[in-house]
Amino acid sequence: MKVDLTPVNAPSIRSRPVYATLEPRPGKLHVIVADDEGAAAVVEMVGKANDRSGMLAASHVMYCPGPTGTDLSAQLEVLGAAQFFRAPTIPALLPRLVRVLADAHMGTQFYLAGTEGLIGQAEREIMATGFPHASIQKEQRGSTLRRVQCVHCKGITENVATDPFKCSHCGLNLFVRDHYSRRIAAFMGVCIDAEDPGQVPESVVRFR
Amino acid sequence: MSLDFKFAPDDFGGFFRDETFRDTFTYRNSDPRRFPFPFDRDDYMYSVNMEPHVPGRKGTAFEHMLDVDEHYIAEMIDRAKVLAEDPLRCQSLPHMTLAGWDTLELIMEAKARDYPQWFSLTKDGNRWHWVNRPLGIEQSFTFLDESTLPYPPFEYIMRQTQGDWTLQDERDGTLWMDAGIATSQADWSVDFDVGMNFHEWHAPVPLAHEKGVFDRALKFLLKLQHGAPVRRFNWTMTVNPLLDTAPETYPKWGPSKTTITQENMGKKQHLRVELQSLYRLPRSNAIAFDIRCYLCSFEQIVTVPKWARRLHRVIRDLPVELATYKGFIRNRDAMVEWLSQYDDGAPTSPGWFPDD
Repeated sequence: MKVDLTPVNAPSIRSRPVYATLEPRPGKLHVIVADDEGAAAVVEMVGKANDRSGMLAASHVMYCPGPTGTDLSAQLEVLGAAQFFRAPTIPALLPRLVRVLADAHMGTQFYLAGTEGLIGQAEREIMATGFPHASIQKEQRGSTLRRVQCVHCKGITENVATDPFKCSHCGLNLFVRDHYSRRIAAFMGVCIDAEDPGQVPESVVRFR
Repeated sequence: MSLDFKFAPDDFGGFFRDETFRDTFTYRNSDPRRFPFPFDRDDYMYSVNMEPHVPGRKGTAFEHMLDVDEHYIAEMIDRAKVLAEDPLRCQSLPHMTLAGWDTLELIMEAKARDYPQWFSLTKDGNRWHWVNRPLGIEQSFTFLDESTLPYPPFEYIMRQTQGDWTLQDERDGTLWMDAGIATSQADWSVDFDVGMNFHEWHAPVPLAHEKGVFDRALKFLLKLQHGAPVRRFNWTMTVNPLLDTAPETYPKWGPSKTTITQENMGKKQHLRVELQSLYRLPRSNAIAFDIRCYLCSFEQIVTVPKWARRLHRVIRDLPVELATYKGFIRNRDAMVEWLSQYDDGAPTSPGWFPDD
């Protein structure tokens, strides 16, 4: 069977996350989580604050380099936030976020910037604590590599660039759907040759 | 409860069929005219198509609020097998427990009222006693006390109820699918979709968003009142009477789509109908959504001349996007060829039911 991959420029479906530009908001605590080129979005957002030094004195910035190696941590470190932390990867960053959330009160503002993988996983931790969706701002910057869950084995493959791709857990050939789960913080991958095993179309690079 | 149902085919006057939805595929309908044929005209396009869910014609799937038919025991055995293989098929987020109790009450009361020969529910305050004779279950428990049931309330009643069900929490002006069970689904994943809102879980459906179908349906559902349930149809095609067409197991059942020929079409190809009904729940204010699956082989459908003519026309004229989304584009031409033998071009009467 001929399977048509979703074109790169296809109109978005309704479960795709929507991103906007970060804006400074009044808050008692500013939790800022970024990776990759999201650092630049944070710098621009802080630059728009009326009380820049007041905001930074109440800010906790967490950052890790992007999946392709982009490391803009120096730009964030020089901002002079009350707390700055550079993690090597997203999994190394999340435990600190969870600890910070344990003490966060209403009136906390969340700013997430960078790759969809970072934004999705940070948002999931924040929502698990019961903070309203509306207190979380998200801006996508940098790599568009995707975090994809295999619907068959449930394993998550990070930094997916091509469509189709091979599941890093069970080895099935998966095509990447636009369908996105906030709870899992991942797109769905579905076996592309289930009906005709072995008939796998050539991979194309869709995400960079 | 376990896989070990005390099922003897001769019990209950032989009403319940001893049949399978996997491996040997012995499922069939004793009376195809009982099947809820979903097309009330000769063409099909998405619409909100809701109507009040009120008791309907005697001897049809609409006779009672919840239809307990000859497939009940076999379906519950199949569900228990699916849940044993993959417990992720039944999920309930922590805030949905009350909605689970609401659902349990709705189902127990309906079954005890409409099928007193098989089910009974007696209440002494919050002390309830439930008897499910077909499945050999007798249970005393305290309503709203989870510790008195062997499963959480939603899973407990779902293991005794045909159809996939989802429970929708209402907040922020939309509905959130925060609990669900799916063992007879048409290729959607409860594990992936739990926690999504109304527009998110419908996101993959083609054409309907642009037509405003989901905006209108959501507006309608937010006004749903307790005691005034509604229903609609959905449908697709399935090769073999396979209830559990889950995306999780697609690599296992997907290849069956390549086995269809003109010779085996009548026996193997099934029209799959979802009779969907929606209920506002009284304590949680959640909405319970019942997706009840009915299967009928092409060979049984064409025994009703009106349905044979109409199914041919609907499948022939369906937009290609819908045949693709519903997963039968590869066999559509073959279906049309096979069905055309039973369409003499005569006009059909409006409505679902057979003419005689």
